[in-house]
Amino acid sequence: METTLEAVDLRCARGERTLFDGLSFTLKGGELLRIGGPNGSGKTSLLRIACGLLEADRGEVRWGGEDIRRLKEEFWVRLLYIGHANALKDDLTASENLSVACTLAGVVADELQIGEALVRLGLAGRANLPARVLSQGQRRRVALARLALGADAPLWVLDEPFTALDTAAIDCVQGLIGGHVSRGGGVLYTTHYEASIGAAVSRRIDLAGT
Amino acid sequence: MIAALRCVIVRDLRLAARRSSDVLTVVLFFVIVVSLFPLGIGPEPKLLRTVAPGVLWVAALLASMLALGRVFAADHADGTLEQMMLGATPLGLVVAAKVFAHWLISGLPLVLISPVLALQFDLSQELLGVLALSLALGTPILSLIGAIGAALTLGLRGAGTLLSLLVLPLYVPVLVIGAGAAEAAASGLGGHAQLLLLGAMLIFAGAFAPWAAAAALRISVE
Repeated sequence: METTLEAVDLRCARGERTLFDGLSFTLKGGELLRIGGPNGSGKTSLLRIACGLLEADRGEVRWGGEDIRRLKEEFWVRLLYIGHANALKDDLTASENLSVACTLAGVVADELQIGEALVRLGLAGRANLPARVLSQGQRRRVALARLALGADAPLWVLDEPFTALDTAAIDCVQGLIGGHVSRGGGVLYTTHYEASIGAAVSRRIDLAGT
Repeated sequence: MIAALRCVIVRDLRLAARRSSDVLTVVLFFVIVVSLFPLGIGPEPKLLRTVAPGVLWVAALLASMLALGRVFAADHADGTLEQMMLGATPLGLVVAAKVFAHWLISGLPLVLISPVLALQFDLSQELLGVLALSLALGTPILSLIGAIGAALTLGLRGAGTLLSLLVLPLYVPVLVIGAGAAEAAASGLGGHAQLLLLGAMLIFAGAFAPWAAAAALRISVE
């Protein structure tokens, strides 16, 4: 199976400002690619373009050689995207939230696996609490618990996965990312935190931010 | 895919159950508006019988518009909508499931209590049936059309006003035909033609509106 994400000559402008122009990269399975740059330099926009949520002003993103805007669902089942927003409903419990997120993504996970994923992220005993009463860090952990169930998705796109997390949770998430890369998955992520993730191929692209 | 659609419907129903005040607002609005008319117009049975279908339909239309803003707003705000777009199920189908859940929450209760409210207007039993049936066919159309408007105005300031302006003209034919069904039945012509027309509109809206709303959502989220 072809698991290469290719960005070709991307250009993105927000209003009058050009965030980036002529940006190209390739992300193969087993590689880790970090997008760096100051606030407002277009990291999130780049990730959203790479997922197909945002259309680039020029250029295209290809998955296995085909434009992702043509592949649509075929590409999206292979993608696990965790954005800025945690996509949690205040009135649902942590495990209900995780279960909904998995089902939407087409991941089959029974209650046991959901519980295990939450425990893995250090949320033991919190599974049946409504998301409303969880702290920011705990909410982020619930969102990131999808990583523990996302081994089948060859491409992970993570937008600032470490925000609001404590050191123990950061270690855990780094472990999950490292494990995914060593299994042959590709990870595209942004962070301001100097993460130390063990990966055979780890690259970094810095957006200048004009 | 079926699992994802069922999951969306169950989730929305569960959310509504845990936040029941939103549902009650819509139903109470409907009950209050409809009940005020007999009080305002006066106890003239003939007049009440004439205005009944129109009053119930207008009240149902306004009540369903009251709930429209909520179809996508919460999911947009917390990022769930993005996940739905990147999900394994085509967005149009997810939208259809959401609209169906929305109708179960905000449309079906109106259909169910409409016969009770219509008693205040001294309608005959047969007319109660026709009226409830026209609402049962018509309110899903309102939800489907409204979903397109809600998707187009998602995240805008003053979305509520814009939404009403966008959607109301499209609601008018449904209102005219829906209220016309009970009126035709009252005049002895029988409301079959209008009910069939509503059914056709429902099928048409059900087939196309979710995809239009999905396309609008993709634009709104960019």
